[in-house]
Order: sequence, then C-alpha cells, then structure tokens
Amino acid sequence: MASNDDQKQNANSLLKVGTSAPDFTLPSGPDEKLSLSDFGGRPVILAFYPADWSPVCGDQMALYNEVLPEFERFNAQLLGLSVDGVWCHRAYRQHRNLKFPLLSDFEPKGEIARMYGVYRKSEGVTERALFVIDEQGRIAWSYLSPIDVNPGADGILSALESLAGRGVANVNERKGSSTQAQSASK
Amino acid sequence: MSTSARGVQPRLSLPVSERDHIVGPESAPVTLVEYGDYECPYCGAAYLILNQVFQVMGDNLRFVFRHFPLTQIHPHAETAAEAAEAAGAQSRFWEMHHLLYSNQQSLDPQYLVRFAEELDLDTVRFVRELENHAHHDRVREDFLSGVRSGVNGTPTFFVNGFRYNGSWDFEPLVNALELAAADARAT
Repeated sequence: MASNDDQKQNANSLLKVGTSAPDFTLPSGPDEKLSLSDFGGRPVILAFYPADWSPVCGDQMALYNEVLPEFERFNAQLLGLSVDGVWCHRAYRQHRNLKFPLLSDFEPKGEIARMYGVYRKSEGVTERALFVIDEQGRIAWSYLSPIDVNPGADGILSALESLAGRGVANVNERKGSSTQAQSASK
Repeated sequence: MSTSARGVQPRLSLPVSERDHIVGPESAPVTLVEYGDYECPYCGAAYLILNQVFQVMGDNLRFVFRHFPLTQIHPHAETAAEAAEAAGAQSRFWEMHHLLYSNQQSLDPQYLVRFAEELDLDTVRFVRELENHAHHDRVREDFLSGVRSGVNGTPTFFVNGFRYNGSWDFEPLVNALELAAADARAT
C-alpha cells in the first residue's frame, strides 16, 4: 500500500517538462565523480532505477547498454542512478559489461532522486523513472514507470528524435523557412 | 491486460513481411512474433513451450522469430543469430534455429560449423559469412525494430501486433492465442 501511495505522490512530484534540470554531483566510482553540468551542450538521459542486479534477460540497464550506439547517434549521454553504493555499482557494471556510468545516490541517501521527485520513502529506493534533458539543461521528456516494469528504450529514442527535430527546426527558422520548421518540430 | 488497455500497449513497429522468417499459413488468424536471443535461458525454456503450443494451435497460428541478442551479457548471442541468418541464406533458417535452441550450452564457433555440416550447408560460404559478419546488419535491424516496439527483455512476444504482457507458460499462452484467434475471426 505504502509503495503505491509513493508512486501516486511521485507522479505529481516528478519534475515537469520545461523545468530546468537541477545540477548535481555524484560518485561514479570509488575515486570518481560526475556532475550533470559536465555534459552541458549535449542531451542527457537520466535513468533512475530501484536497484542493481535485476534478472539478466530483462535488465533495463543491460538493454540500454545494447542501445547505446543509438543514443550516441544523438550525441546523448546516458547516466544510470540508484541508491546503491559505489562498490555495488562497480561489481554490477563489471558483471553486465555496462559501458556507461552508474551514479550512487547513496549519501545523503536519495538526495538527487528527491530533487527530481522520484524517491520512494517507504522502501528507500528510487522510482523507475526516465528523464531526457536537452542541450540547454531543461527537462524535455520524463516518464515514471511502474517500479516492476522495464520501460524499454522506445520513449527515450522518441524524445531524442524530437529534440533533434527541434534542432533542425531551429536551424530552419534561422534560415527563414518556418513552414518546414513547424512540421519538423512535430 | 483488458481490451481497453490495448490502446496504450506497445505495438509492433515493423509489420511482418517477406523479410521475416515465418512458419505457419498466412491465413492463420493469429500471428505470434517472438524477439529472442539464442543464449538466453528464458528463451530456451520458451522454445520448448512454443513447440507444444504449435501442436495445439496447428494452422491457426503463424510464428515469426526476430533476433534480440543481448550481446554484452550473452557473448555467443550475436554470432548465433548471424549463424541462423547464414543458414537462412541457404534456406535452412528454421533447422538452424532448432539446433541452436536445442544446444544452448554449445554455441562456440566450432559447434556452429558442426551444425552447418549437420544441415548439409555449404560450410565454406557459411564460415565466410560469419567471418565477414555478412548478416550483422539484418540482426541489428531486428534488434532495433524490437527496441522501437517496446521490447524490454527476452523473450518478448507480440500477438497480432500487440505486445503480450502475460505469462508464456503453456496454458496462459494458448489461452491468449485462442482468444486472439476468436477476436480476429469476429472482426
């Protein structure tokens, strides 16, 4: 019950499209840290997930690992975030051969997840939630998934496509062909 | 799971066509599409169940297999998928498909060549195509079509174009397929 209430509440608290994505700095390994602002000028995908070590064949992070070349076509950086500690993340990354950073929202626990409105207080884990942040650091798309459902990658790719379309539209607008720009931005 | 939920259920983004590996009659009221990985143990379990399902459904079912190799966690999955395609290029896709799922513990290249010999394939051509990754693009096309259709793990099934979120144990799967057949006949 409590966790369902969490999800309902978080559906409201999830940071809205168009808001500025709060910057953060988190450990990406025992001796490394990453900040959202490190990736300024590029689209960033934030994938919050409840915990490392989902069963292999349906693992959201393993799936994204396979889709990475598609994300890279949009010059987008994928960051995985959970409340797991750096050593847990390291073992999990090695085991699954993950080629993108996993950030530890570990201390203070879930601080960044709370900032983004995706912390589940009753269980002490983050929601399964996705954000696509545009080149200007604004939230362009977000999705709160049922916690036990791997949301797949289609929504992310559609969001990146429409961002890229918007980029094309902006260029066209500057060239003065606004009709084409409007259709491209849809 | 209800009919009303269908509207938001992920749909197959790449329709079934001549590009696909298909068994069963085109007139079948139900088309089942699987996105699978030859090294995935769940897909191996589903393979055995599907064989029983085919017997029960008979000509009411058309089955399509598309590749969804999780290459970073299953080191043999990509080559196995390309081997199935290489056999397909010699018109023996399904025979290789059966061999791969019946020998999931033996997917190293030397076994793949042995399977090709067993199927009387032109093994020189088979090996050359594996070495050149001649079928890599096709496998990736399958994979990406799955990603765009909402595939989120293996195996993922689509029944008449909609993602099937239920259990793929024998009984629930057959029930779902029979329901879909009845639906298709009614419209």
